[in-house]
Amino acid sequence: MWGIALLVFREVLEAALIVTIVAAATRGVARRGWFIGGGIGLGVSGALLVATFAGAIAGAASGVGQELFNACVLFAAVLMIGWHVIWMSSHGRELAQHMKAVGGAVQTGASSLSLLLAVVALAVLREGSEVVLFLYGMMAGGADGLVRGLAIGIAGGSTVGFLLYFGLLRIPLRYFFTATNWMLVLLAAGLASSAARYLVQANLLPELGSQIWDSSWLLSDGSVLGKMLHILIGYDARPSGIQLVFYAVVVIALMLGTRLLGGSPRQAAVRPASKAAAAPELDAVV
Amino acid sequence: MKRFLIAALFALPLVAIATEVPMFTLTIKDHRYQPTTLKVPADTKIKIKVINNDSTPEEFESSDFSREKIVMPNSSIEVFVGPLKAGEYKFFGDFHQDTAQGVLIAE
Repeated sequence: MWGIALLVFREVLEAALIVTIVAAATRGVARRGWFIGGGIGLGVSGALLVATFAGAIAGAASGVGQELFNACVLFAAVLMIGWHVIWMSSHGRELAQHMKAVGGAVQTGASSLSLLLAVVALAVLREGSEVVLFLYGMMAGGADGLVRGLAIGIAGGSTVGFLLYFGLLRIPLRYFFTATNWMLVLLAAGLASSAARYLVQANLLPELGSQIWDSSWLLSDGSVLGKMLHILIGYDARPSGIQLVFYAVVVIALMLGTRLLGGSPRQAAVRPASKAAAAPELDAVV
Repeated sequence: MKRFLIAALFALPLVAIATEVPMFTLTIKDHRYQPTTLKVPADTKIKIKVINNDSTPEEFESSDFSREKIVMPNSSIEVFVGPLKAGEYKFFGDFHQDTAQGVLIAE
């Protein structure tokens, strides 16, 4: 039972941390509960589907289908988070001001929100499909304590997610969206680095140095804290060079994107009229 | 067309490298690896084939050389590993960690 609980806990925790950051980042947005709940629901259905077709996925693309699939799911999440981060850079301050004024319920950001729904769905899908395969195997082997193990694992993983969420809520509103935006940037960078690792595993990308450093003596990837930091900031005890490249590219791209496309709410409001004027300026910077 | 191009693009390095990489085989039976110790050359890119003879899925995983891949029942997968510096690297079966343990020795 405890073996089952531990594995389920680790997978649920990974998904829960991503859901938590998304939940925090969408604080104050109307109907976000439905979006996040819907994302989790979609993710669970997706996980069942992926597990069903796991054999076919693994056999696809001359044996590297599993790596390609994982990398694609991760890159999709990176793109959506990236889009949201850049969108928030122009609307975030507005959102924070509205929240102060009306104390909650802001009608905004439906398009950006559905992207984050997809991020939630993808996170649950990826971790969930492993849980489904694992449980299928356990069921076939006739393990006892399956349901209890599953319940303890889910409860434990979600609890850590909720604790983090309520911790995040303690950040003063003034810094809140800056903080959650940074968390999203690091989350996206970490996911991109994981995607690169899958492509190296499939021999589709060069490794550019197999172990740039080794900090496993300090904090191993296998420990719970290591796993948490792996999801939250992309921690890897023995990263390859290409992982660092992907990590850096995402961080820099999102910082530049925020700088160039974002700006204060006031600028955002004026932008449609002054698009032509702004364009050469962008060219000059690039 | 686009899909074909992408597939071709991805297939290129596979074709180029597939012939030169030495391959090693691990077999999973009763949630245990055979052999449990696998000697491989250091500083060389290798390929590990994992054959799962059990009727349940397993995940071939290692934090030490940072690989994870699901192996479906009665089928096999191949994973590229390294080049690794000389040393010992643990691997395990994520779904049966109490029994499925092994060590890769690069020398």
